[in-house]
Amino acid sequence: MKGKNCVAIAADRRFGVQLQTIGTDMDKIFEIGPKLFVGIPGLATDTQTVHERLRFRTNVYELRENRPVTPQVLSAMVTNLLYEHRFGPYFVEPVIAGLDPKTNEPFVCGFDVIGCPCEPEDFIVSGTCEEQLLGMCESLYEPNLEPDQLFETISQALVNACDRDAISGWGAKVYIIESDKVTIRKVRTRMD
Amino acid sequence: MALDSLCGFSTSQPAFKGFSSMCTLQNDLDVFTGNFKNNLQLMNPPAAHIPELEAMKVDYKDPLHRERKTPYGFYKTPLGYGPVEVPDVGAVTAPDSGLKIKMAHGTTTLGFKFKGGVIIAVDSRATGGMFIGSQEVKKVIEINDCLLGTMAGGAADCTYWERFLSKQCRLYELRNREKISVAAASKLLANICFHYKGYGLSMGTMIAGWDKRGPGLYYVDDDGRRAPGNLFSVGSGSTYALGVLDGSYKWDLTDEEAQELGRRAIFHATHRDAASGGVVRVYHVKEGGWEKISEVDNDKYWEKYSGDKMPIVIN
Repeated sequence: MKGKNCVAIAADRRFGVQLQTIGTDMDKIFEIGPKLFVGIPGLATDTQTVHERLRFRTNVYELRENRPVTPQVLSAMVTNLLYEHRFGPYFVEPVIAGLDPKTNEPFVCGFDVIGCPCEPEDFIVSGTCEEQLLGMCESLYEPNLEPDQLFETISQALVNACDRDAISGWGAKVYIIESDKVTIRKVRTRMD
Repeated sequence: MALDSLCGFSTSQPAFKGFSSMCTLQNDLDVFTGNFKNNLQLMNPPAAHIPELEAMKVDYKDPLHRERKTPYGFYKTPLGYGPVEVPDVGAVTAPDSGLKIKMAHGTTTLGFKFKGGVIIAVDSRATGGMFIGSQEVKKVIEINDCLLGTMAGGAADCTYWERFLSKQCRLYELRNREKISVAAASKLLANICFHYKGYGLSMGTMIAGWDKRGPGLYYVDDDGRRAPGNLFSVGSGSTYALGVLDGSYKWDLTDEEAQELGRRAIFHATHRDAASGGVVRVYHVKEGGWEKISEVDNDKYWEKYSGDKMPIVIN
């Protein structure tokens, strides 16, 4: 979710198979750069694989080019990685949130399973309670929020969307990315 | 007449009789609100005289419970209640019978007998697929002052038939000048379930109460099974609940211990099972009748139960 000179990304922490909750401490958001994060909801094994492969590609990029990965570059990488598996896709729908390393311009972007990018100017949602999240964000979001307001908005949207989805929730983690710092907060949610 | 030729509507069929002969109020009532007089007179099965419906029925005598083969899609059949000629079925298979209803199934309910009576505890979540439809469903149905029914499976099936059971129990009282036994009440429900077997009812219930024989607890489900017992748990979260329940259950629990055990079992089931959640409701059936013990959102229990685990006793 974009704010004024800041972006936020948040995810729940459930790890489960169908209706069975196996763990409540799974991270789905990964650090790619100091101000760049990717959330990878979907099949847990593919979440890990996609994350590892992205890490490999971003590392190679930074060594070869000797400059940091920008959100746009990461976006292209995710698109390419996912489309390479066009006919046997990874079951993940990643979301990128970050600030440009130089200009600190906020950036959010989401993808479908085969890598079609979607780059909106406000927010992007993904995962099992996509519809609920979309509704929450549509009603709560407003442009140019300050970091603390953005935290409140994104947390409320996530928590309340999860409360209408049987297989999301069990805790949440919220990342607020600003030009000089990243704040990570754990949010308490219903545990059923 | 145009309707007749197009899609088989006919004013000569019982439902449309009113159009051909000036309809009377009584006629309308009989045709359109038959269910007011007789709760068993439902629009759909069992209706052996409607061959299309009969053909759609799941063949429960077939070990695989396959649907019977029918040359008709449900909506293609001419509407009508009179006998309709069905061509020889042969090897023709309906592509899709069109009458498949998916309903809420996730639940955790439990009931157990102990020295102080019967404990009934339930969650309160209703799901449709993965969507949470409601977090405060009443899954304990209060049949009368001494009888409780629980609800798992199809919400509509359970509420309708247990309300129907409630009526039958009251009639029994009036006819026989004594309270109905738990055994008899549960058998009324089991008989209905058996009557409708194969027509797709979905219910897994426990009937609990106190009668002249003392505390009673019966399990009744949609395929007509009925079993008395000391401890049951029904629903998608039942395995989790049984894990907690079996760990600490004994006959000689005090009232408070038993209520707490039921509450704890439901709480832990709602934590692990995504289709269970919401409010934990605990009922206690005692000699004079049932009593509602607590009704608390299980989010309120999280700190307490996650920190304070049950002690492990080693003998």
